[in-house]
Amino acid sequence: MSAPANQNKIIKWVDDRLPIFTLMQHSAIEYPTPRNLNYWWNFGSLAGFMLVVMILSGIFLAMSYTAHVDYAFDSVERIMRDVNYGWLLRYLHMNGASMFFLTVLIHIFRGMYYGSFKAPREVLWWLGILLYLAMMATAFMGYVLPWGQMSFWGATVITNLFSAIPVVGSSIVTWLWGGFSVGNPTLNRFFAFHYLLPFVIFAIMFLHVWALHTVKSNNPLGIDVKGPQDTIPFHPYYTIKDLYGIGLFLMVYLFFVFYYPNLFGEPDNYIPANPMVTPPHIVPEWYFLPFYAILRAVPNKLLGVVMMFSAIIVLFFLPWLDTSRVRSARFRPIYKQFFWIFLADCIVLGVVGANPPEGIYVLMGQIATFWYFFHFLVLLPVLGKVEKTRPLPDSISTPVIKKSMEKA
Amino acid sequence: MAHPTTPSPGVPGEDATRRNFLLYATSAVAVSGTALALWPFIHSMNPAADVLALSSSEVDLKPIAVGQSITVTWRGKPVFIRHRTPEEIKAAESVQLFDLRDPQPDSQRAKKPEWLVLVGVCTHLGCIPLGQKSSDPRGDFGGWFCPCHGSHYDTSGRIRKGPAPANLAVPDYTFLTDTTIRIG
Ligand code: HEM
Ligand code: FES
Repeated sequence: MSAPANQNKIIKWVDDRLPIFTLMQHSAIEYPTPRNLNYWWNFGSLAGFMLVVMILSGIFLAMSYTAHVDYAFDSVERIMRDVNYGWLLRYLHMNGASMFFLTVLIHIFRGMYYGSFKAPREVLWWLGILLYLAMMATAFMGYVLPWGQMSFWGATVITNLFSAIPVVGSSIVTWLWGGFSVGNPTLNRFFAFHYLLPFVIFAIMFLHVWALHTVKSNNPLGIDVKGPQDTIPFHPYYTIKDLYGIGLFLMVYLFFVFYYPNLFGEPDNYIPANPMVTPPHIVPEWYFLPFYAILRAVPNKLLGVVMMFSAIIVLFFLPWLDTSRVRSARFRPIYKQFFWIFLADCIVLGVVGANPPEGIYVLMGQIATFWYFFHFLVLLPVLGKVEKTRPLPDSISTPVIKKSMEKA
Repeated sequence: MAHPTTPSPGVPGEDATRRNFLLYATSAVAVSGTALALWPFIHSMNPAADVLALSSSEVDLKPIAVGQSITVTWRGKPVFIRHRTPEEIKAAESVQLFDLRDPQPDSQRAKKPEWLVLVGVCTHLGCIPLGQKSSDPRGDFGGWFCPCHGSHYDTSGRIRKGPAPANLAVPDYTFLTDTTIRIG
């Protein structure tokens, strides 16, 4: 393919030795993108943007943070009160984690709605699930760093999940802690991993985009690109659209940062960690709530833990569990309804996870957990075989051309 | 255009078998060498010598009145010491073992029936059960109640109801005198 257009001598000299400009030209400028992408396709670039924000705010926080049980809480309070713009860095980071999960969750549900996980995008999908897992690990360990009551007890409950493993469970937990309870060694290593993992996420994101550029973007119709008439170059069409999306998104993100900075947090985390007193009601951050509800839906420790991890593992098998050959829910009238039911089910699980496991919430949690697995393991395989799908358009450009002819 | 005396890879015959053998042997050494080299890194995350050294504490039982409980720290965890009332001891001893999820007679859990010493960490996911203060809820069996996911323990610290799989652990302890114990 053609080398970068405005051939400057220095650029060419470098490019002949390391074709980085050619790479950028191919992947960010010429990259042929389906012409019919809607706004749900903005969330990938938003997630990438959030990763950059998290790494930047995180590194500057780390310059004033002390990873020691006696100083961690106070060092975060000092960031809030004494460090110049420390409050801004911290609120950007805290709320940024929520926004990062929000963008990634929308991105995942977008993929489910439009069948973006289906062949040939299975590896792309897997890398996405890996990103999601790595993000959860990062956010969990980050939440421990301010060393408040929720930090401490969240860490205790989550690390104890591994004690459910038969025989070696308790040795694994001791190993994770570096002691006999969550303590200073735990805090230190969590900080080390919390610093490391975002860069691992960055590397996986690179692979994710590489896979994307190999198989190319899906689109709202879920049909393959047939030729150049179906695509437009990424730049300027999607660079400007992504930028516009970032602008809108920043309004939402910064609204929380400036006006409701503690909305997603727990007041208990402003109480310093006390290993001798468990808060009456331990809740994880909102993005973990559905999984927490699944964990508690089963009154058996090992089974609960297995179910919780399976809820994520099952996503890896989605490309084979959904047997329909049609990708987009637009042409799958029944799947479309079950998609929304599934989304509602996840929200119900979130509500259950936020409430104490008593009364009606126990039953709700069990039904919603059942439905979660039923959706993947029974509904999707069967539906793909029996559903009568709507006729697919011939190509991405056909409906567009037809519409403009109707108008004329 | 390989040199005539250099056997090219993939040619079947004696050389190929020998080359395969060398390949497998080298891989085996590399894999086991790497696995062994990983151990120091993994083991560095286990409790360090100073953490292990902190692992015993002595407690004077004299100030604890009948019916009262205290909480002491051992290895960063709470240890519950309850001076049980005769009724509590009777309740603990009269339970049928087949009623228990984790069957253990009370006599195995208390060296002296009036003193119950337990690691105060719920065997579900590690919260600290309530029941040390007289104003705390003590669950359906008069012992402890874990608010995190609702586990009920009896007056011997045995699990009776809820998601926890096992009884509250009894730490290693010895009576140094009639009224002092050393835990750990
Ligand atoms: C994937 C990206 C990241 C996510 C999802 C994430 C998430 C979090 C979360 C949820 C917290 C707790 C905030 C609170 O409640 O106070 C936190 C704290 C922290 N993070 Fe990150 N983080 C990320 C990247 C980074 C990076 C790259 C660094 C650089 C070292 C970093 C450094 C810190 C520090 C020092 C704290 C403690 C200060 C505080 O609590 O505000 N983070 N992180
Ligand atoms: S930690 Fe006690 S019931 Fe779950």
